[in-house]
Amino acid sequence: MSGPLAISGLTVSLPAGADRPFALSDVSIDLRRGEIHCLIGESGSGKSMIANAILGLLPENVRISAGDIRFEDRSLLTLDDREMRKIRGARIGMIFQEPMTALNPLRTIGDQIGEMFQTHTALDRATIRVRVRSLLSDVRIARPEEIERAYPHELSGGQRQRAMIAMALALEPAVLIADEPTTALDVTTQAQILALVRDLQARKGASVLFITHDFGVVAEIADRVTVLQNGRVVEHGVRDQLLNHPSEPYTRELIAAVPSYLPPPSIVEQAEQILTISHVSKTYRRFGLLQRSRRTTQALSDVSTSLTKGTTLGIVGESGSGKSTLARCIVRLVDPDAGVIRLRDADLTAMSRRDLRAQSRHIQMVFQDPYGSLNPRRTAGELVTQGLIIHGMPGPQARAEAKEMFAVVGLDPQAMDRYPHEFSGGQRQRIGLARALALRPDVLVADEPVSALDVSVQAQILRLLADLRKRFGLSMIFITHDLRVAAQICDRVAVMKNGEIVEHGATAKVFASPEHDYTKLLLRSIPGQRWVPPSAGAYLAATAS
Amino acid sequence: MQTLTRFLGNPVALIGLSLFLLVAAMALSAGSLFPNDPLDLAGRPLQWPLGNPRFWLGTDVQGRDIAAVIFHGARVSLLIGVVATLISMTIGVLIGALAGYYGGLIDEMLMRLTEAFQTLPNFLLLLVLVAVFGSDIKTVTIAIGLVSWPASARLTRAEFLTLRSREFVEACRTIGMRDIQIIFREILPNAMPPVIVYASVVMAIAILLESALAFLNLSDPNVPSWGNLIGGGRAVLRTQWYVSAIPGVAILMTVLAVSLIGQGLNDALNPRLKRR
Amino acid sequence: MRFFLFAVRRLAASVPTLLLVLAGLFMLLQFAPGDTVDALVAQMGGGDSAMMDQLRKYYGLDATATVQLIRYLTRLVRLDLGFSAIYGKPVIDVILERLPTTLLLMASALSFAFAGGLALGVVAARRVNQWPDGVISTIGAIFYATPAFWLGLMGIIIFAVNLHWLPAGGIEEIGTGYTGLRRAVDIVWHLALPTATLGLIFLATYLRIMRASMLEVMTLDFVRTARAKGLAQGTVLRRHVLRNALLPMVTLVGLQAGTMLGGSVVVESVFALPGLGRLAYEAVVQRDLNTLLGIVFVSALLVICVNFLVDILYARLDPRIAN
Repeated sequence: MSGPLAISGLTVSLPAGADRPFALSDVSIDLRRGEIHCLIGESGSGKSMIANAILGLLPENVRISAGDIRFEDRSLLTLDDREMRKIRGARIGMIFQEPMTALNPLRTIGDQIGEMFQTHTALDRATIRVRVRSLLSDVRIARPEEIERAYPHELSGGQRQRAMIAMALALEPAVLIADEPTTALDVTTQAQILALVRDLQARKGASVLFITHDFGVVAEIADRVTVLQNGRVVEHGVRDQLLNHPSEPYTRELIAAVPSYLPPPSIVEQAEQILTISHVSKTYRRFGLLQRSRRTTQALSDVSTSLTKGTTLGIVGESGSGKSTLARCIVRLVDPDAGVIRLRDADLTAMSRRDLRAQSRHIQMVFQDPYGSLNPRRTAGELVTQGLIIHGMPGPQARAEAKEMFAVVGLDPQAMDRYPHEFSGGQRQRIGLARALALRPDVLVADEPVSALDVSVQAQILRLLADLRKRFGLSMIFITHDLRVAAQICDRVAVMKNGEIVEHGATAKVFASPEHDYTKLLLRSIPGQRWVPPSAGAYLAATAS
Repeated sequence: MQTLTRFLGNPVALIGLSLFLLVAAMALSAGSLFPNDPLDLAGRPLQWPLGNPRFWLGTDVQGRDIAAVIFHGARVSLLIGVVATLISMTIGVLIGALAGYYGGLIDEMLMRLTEAFQTLPNFLLLLVLVAVFGSDIKTVTIAIGLVSWPASARLTRAEFLTLRSREFVEACRTIGMRDIQIIFREILPNAMPPVIVYASVVMAIAILLESALAFLNLSDPNVPSWGNLIGGGRAVLRTQWYVSAIPGVAILMTVLAVSLIGQGLNDALNPRLKRR
Repeated sequence: MRFFLFAVRRLAASVPTLLLVLAGLFMLLQFAPGDTVDALVAQMGGGDSAMMDQLRKYYGLDATATVQLIRYLTRLVRLDLGFSAIYGKPVIDVILERLPTTLLLMASALSFAFAGGLALGVVAARRVNQWPDGVISTIGAIFYATPAFWLGLMGIIIFAVNLHWLPAGGIEEIGTGYTGLRRAVDIVWHLALPTATLGLIFLATYLRIMRASMLEVMTLDFVRTARAKGLAQGTVLRRHVLRNALLPMVTLVGLQAGTMLGGSVVVESVFALPGLGRLAYEAVVQRDLNTLLGIVFVSALLVICVNFLVDILYARLDPRIAN
């Protein structure tokens, strides 16, 4: 049986000097008519390369060295550029990951969608406009006439992605390739877009190749799944079969790494509140000499919460909720306009810069971006010893401490003299942890520390965090947008929206019976929530001790 | 170092480097090859190049040995270029770093100052400075430095603005580092690559500015200068055009060398952005 | 309309800058050895100190620096730039006589440089790393390194002296009394070499920036989207890359306005054109500091105007700015 798209034995070679000779090696994927086929893999698996190969958009020095791609019984590899152009967009549509950069900022939405018709059909301008508007309504964009005249930067992320979907589906292609279209979106927006894709697919009958790294998404919308690792197909099959009874070890490992949705058992709480945040507000004002150029954003309004010693408080919210601002207020990277933050008895908000610098050893922070959070010109060892030396420890002693920390976070102490770019993403986060914990703080603020990591690495780092917490008796504030992760590691959770805390309480309770509408919406939007990963039990057992 | 190998593998950079070494060689050997004061009368004026074996590049209107002026002039040009660039970059980087790191009012004030300097055409400002403070070579060099700093300030500021919001800078602040240490020991080394590349542009401009000044006879007349030679040759442009032509080639070569080295540095430091 | 207001606001913001500039320069000129009276007296061939004191009083040069500054700034608002002792006319008149030539030269040189740089930059970017790119980039690098005054002289040698195709200097043939179209053609003839000289130097910069900008834009995501829509390479370049790549070029025009004015000093001197640049040179040599200050003021005004126009143009091209 041949569906509209069949990839067989595809091998794509990389130029000399790349980290491996082949981006893809003997990959075969069969897309059946009318199905949503999810292609799942971590970074470096080559999944995006497949999308580019199908459309003939591989970069110059990357070649297809073996295999075939057949579309509607024609081999795409034998077509010249002119014939490929007829297929691109008209017969095979594509949606990209970052809607902000995937649209030309200088042209209106209507213009860019209309370009599809201009390129492939002979319709006149008026007809094109009518079609564009009906497309925009198909993708459930409110006020299509306004959006048609708007520029990409005037739309929200979700709206932009809808516009991209409208653009891809304009000519009713037989195949739609979606390259991680929801990765850059908020959880609630992601849920809407996934529902839209499923709905449109059902109505228009397109076959969809959906590329993702998130098993939740797979559980939510896939009919069949193919798993990729390092450019090779590891396993493929029907969704339920693969998710619940994976046969290959790599697949099992990936699925085991998915944070389950079930919250950890509650910890008996000690009475001491080590950190209290009372009525903190922060407004960002853009500095401008003239009245009209000032713009105000209320990042935090009247936020109050507290952290009990020895526990983990999760701050959950989408982008723009203020969670990052709150984190930065706690470590005083940002000064709140109003409110008090107390560490035990000391009022952090009232301290001078000098006293704050002394206090800094008690609250430390771990950052989100493994690439941007380490100074590329300092060795890993220096990065860890810097803090100690600033607080008065002599050099050799600091180095010894750093060596110890390296071992504690699972890094080879010999690697202390290497530079950040020589480490992987997960290892860099470990360095960040070592740096923060070297000062033996009482409170650790973790700002989305695993969001930029692959799922398997995520699980390792979360396990490490749980270990470290126990070992050093840390109290932790854990900022995240991923409810699954919050469920994994947080004892209490506070949900933020638009600068306010809308709900808070013990994680188990909030997840089981949410009170606020927004919390309910968030929980509903988790993709694949009805699916419980098979080894969730084993994973929990491993971390509960 | 990877950067060095990339630099040396780049044909553009190699050409620039070779030209530069040639000019530097001229500057260094000037004293031994032409021991007398190049501005002294050396022979009959207006002899053609290769006409007299003693003056392979001929003599100018005042009977000076053109080759001597070229070689000694190399010293002057390189020296002025380097010193003026150092002055300009020091001021520019300092102002740009402070403006970019602190933002707010400090940034606003420093940028107003920078804008004020940039609104004036730099050559006109140079003329004013020369009119006020005189044409001594030291004054001219300092003046050129003073006139060229705004662009490097802008560039440094842009780099600092980007880097300041990077998480590793935030990390430095959370571990309790003082501002001065953050600016100069953490951010600045990361901001340097584009700044260093820009230094080559500044040096090229400095050499061109000095030669233009000398051409107009507004620079130090007691110093052998290529621009001066060109200016002197105007009177005999129709017949002995070589007097003006030859020094111009020297200027072109030097500025081209500096400029190509800059391009090579840029490609070596940003391999990602290199033309693919 | 919104971006017009935005540009006007930016213009208003540059007024304090202008005042800062002028105040600074005025104070600077107080350090100048010798003032207008010294120059005048030198021109007249000498004079006694009593006469010089009288002249100083007449020109108001005996007051303190601060008082002079205030007087100067108040006169400035009425566009009274003072009196040129050397030319015997109000400075504003001298400047206005010379302004058209400089404006004409700059406008033509800028148009030539921009259009040429744009076209060549696009060609070089399209054929990146192939021989057209190599040739264009090499020629660009050479012209970038060429001193403008030397290029002008070489142009005179080749085109005026040897080939007799173009005149060697001046803005028009004196004494022929041409009018109307004939006169215009004559001026164009005389401006050809100076425009080419000034223009070629700046063309090299525009070329480099356009090429780099095109290459940068071509790596952006929306170009990939355009290709995925099935557009041909030429259409992608025309409809998506070009406009985005143009933005840094437009900014560059504003940034280079001052440098071009500076370049005109030298080019006007080489070609004996009666413009502002040459006037500045003469003012320096003859110590006519009033005129020099006046030229600096007018130049700063010109640069501000050009930047104003650039802002408006940029806001038209980039919808993200207008908000």
